[in-house]
Amino acid sequence: MSLDAVLGHSALLIAAAINAGTLLAIAALGLLINERAGIVNLGAEGLMLVAALAGFAAAVHSGSDWVGFAAGMGAGALLAAAFGLLVIWLNTNQYAAGLALSLFGSGFSAFVGLRYTQEKLGPRPSFEIPGLAEIPFIGPALFKQHPLVYGAMALAALLAWGLTRTRAGLVLRAVGESPESAHALGYPVRRIRFGAVLAGGALCGLAGAYVSLVYTPLWVEGMIAGKGWIALALTTFATWRPARVLLGAYLFGFVTMLQFYLQGQGVDVPAQLLSMLPYLSTIAVLVLISSNVNFIRANMPASLGKPFFPGS
Amino acid sequence: MALASPLLALAITVVLGVGLFLLLGKDPLRGLQMFFWEPIKSGYGWSEIGIKATPLILIALGLAVCFRSNVWNIGAEGQFIVGALAGGWVAMQADAGSGRLIVVAILAAGVAGGMAWAGITALLRVRFNANEILVSLMLVYVAQLLLGYLVYGPWKDPNGYNFPQSISFLAVTQVPRLIDGFRVHIGVLIAALAVLGVWVLLFRTYAGFALQVGGLAPAAARYAGFSSSRALWSALLLSGGMAGLAGALEVAGPLGQLTPYVPAGYGFAAIIVAFVGRLHPLGIVFSGILMSMFYIGGELAQSRLGLPKAITGVFQGLLLFTLLACDTLINYRLRRRVSA
Repeated sequence: MSLDAVLGHSALLIAAAINAGTLLAIAALGLLINERAGIVNLGAEGLMLVAALAGFAAAVHSGSDWVGFAAGMGAGALLAAAFGLLVIWLNTNQYAAGLALSLFGSGFSAFVGLRYTQEKLGPRPSFEIPGLAEIPFIGPALFKQHPLVYGAMALAALLAWGLTRTRAGLVLRAVGESPESAHALGYPVRRIRFGAVLAGGALCGLAGAYVSLVYTPLWVEGMIAGKGWIALALTTFATWRPARVLLGAYLFGFVTMLQFYLQGQGVDVPAQLLSMLPYLSTIAVLVLISSNVNFIRANMPASLGKPFFPGS
Repeated sequence: MALASPLLALAITVVLGVGLFLLLGKDPLRGLQMFFWEPIKSGYGWSEIGIKATPLILIALGLAVCFRSNVWNIGAEGQFIVGALAGGWVAMQADAGSGRLIVVAILAAGVAGGMAWAGITALLRVRFNANEILVSLMLVYVAQLLLGYLVYGPWKDPNGYNFPQSISFLAVTQVPRLIDGFRVHIGVLIAALAVLGVWVLLFRTYAGFALQVGGLAPAAARYAGFSSSRALWSALLLSGGMAGLAGALEVAGPLGQLTPYVPAGYGFAAIIVAFVGRLHPLGIVFSGILMSMFYIGGELAQSRLGLPKAITGVFQGLLLFTLLACDTLINYRLRRRVSA
C-alpha cells in the first residue's frame, strides 16, 4: 500500500471511530449527569431503543432529521420521567426499576417498530466545515462530521466547566454526594434529582436517535446492541469526569470500528469473534479501573444508587 | 399483603392490554382470550406451558437467590446459552453405542457450562471489584456471538445445506418426555425439585440465612463474620448452574439441535418472573406459569390476530413496571402534606 492510501485509510478509520464514539459520549454524558446526582439508570439500553425508533419514525414522517432528534430526546425524557417517578418519589430499587425500563423498552420498540423495518430515510446529508475539510488527513478525519459530533465535544466541555465552576453544578454534585446535607441546606433534593434524570434521559434519547439517523440510518429491532450498557460502563471508566467520558467514548468507538476495518482488510478471524471486541474490552476496562477500590471510592458520587427519603 | 401487589400489577397490565388492543383495532376480548384462556383450555396448552415454564422457573429460582443476596446477576441469558452449548456438545458426541445415561451427562455439562460462565463474573467481581451487572450483561453478548461462531463455523452440520445449525441430535440424547404425545418433558419434575431445594436452602439452612443477611444488611453480615465473597461465589455459581441446566434441557428437549435461535429471552424474562414471584420459590412457580402464558399468548396473537409476537415483551415489561410501582403504593400510604 502506498503512503497516501495508508493515510487515507487511517483518516477514514479515525473519522468512523469519532462517529461511533459520539453516540456513546452523548449517552454516557447523560448518564453522568444522572449519576452525579446519585441516580443509576440501568434503563439506558431500553430508553435508547425507544428513542432510536421515535427518532427514526419522526424523521421518516417529517422528512427532517432535526425533528427526529427532537423526537428521540422527547421519548428519552418521557421514559426517564416514568423511571424517575418510580425511583425518586416511590423509592423503588433503582436497579430493579432500570431493568424494568430496559425490558419494557426492548419489547415496546420491537412491537411498535415492526412497520418501520421496511421504511427508508431520505438521502443522508453530508457535512463539512468549509476550508478546514480541505486540509489533507486532518480534514477527512475531523472536519467532515455530523454537527452533533461537535455538539458532543461542546457538551463535554460545558459539563466539565459547569460541574466545577457553576452554582447549579455544585448543587447537583452536593445532592449526589450527600442528599441529607443538601436537604438540610434547603435544596429540593428530589426535584433536582428528577431534573437530572430528565436531562440524562433526553441525552440518552438523543444518542438513540443518533444511532438510527446517523450511525446506521435505519430501524432494526434491538439495534442499540448493548451500547446503552457500554455507556453505563463508560461513566465508571471515566471516574465520572466529562472529559474522560469523551476520550473513553472515542476509544470505544475506535475498538468498535477496528473490527469492521479488520474484516474489510480480510483478516482471517471469524466475524463473530471480532464482534466480541467491544464487549470484551468493556469487561477488560472495568476490571482495570475497578481493581483499585480506593480510587473508585474516592471518585464515585457517595450516594450513588441509594434512595433518599426527606425526613418528615 | 405479599400477594396484593402482584395481583394488582397483573390487573393493571390487563387493563393496559385492553387499551392496547383497542388502540390496534382488535377485539380486546379475543386478545385476552389468547393470553388467558387458550393456553390453559387443553392438555396441549398445559404441555406447552410446562415447556416454557421449566426454563423460566429454573432460571428465576437462581436469580431469586442472587437478588436476595444483593448480587445483581442479570446475565442469566448468557449462562443459559453456554449451558446449551456445553450440553449440545455432549449431545453431538453421541453415537450408535450411546446409552440413555448420556442425557445425564448432557444435563451435567449444561450445569457446568452455566457455572463456568457465571464464574467469570464472580471471579472478576471478587478479585477485581468489577461491577457484576455490567460484566454479566456483556457476557450475554459474548455468549450470543460464541453461539453464532460455532453454528456458522466449526459445529455447522456438513449436510445441512449450509444453514447455520448443528447436526440434529440422535434420539438417544432426547430428554425423556413425561406423557406420550405431548412435548412436555421431565424438566418439569426437575424444576419442581429445584423449587423445593431452593425453598429449603433459603428458609431452612444456615448457608441460605447467611446469604440473605448479606443482602439485607451487609454491615450485620460483616459483623457476624459471613464472607461476602463467598456469598457472591455461591449465589452466582448456583444461578449460573440453574440457567445452564435450563439451557441443556432446552437443546436436548424441544430443540434437538443448536441454532442461532437457541436464546429465546428466557434469561431476561426470568428476571421479571423472579420479581413478580416476590423472590419466593412458590411465588416463582405461579409467575413462571403466568409468564409462559404471556409467551404462548403472544404466539397465538401473532398467528390468529395478526399482531406482532413482540407484544409479549411489552406485557412482560409493563408487568414488572407496574409491580414496582404497586409495591410502594401498597406498603406506604400517600398523605397530603399539611403545610406548616
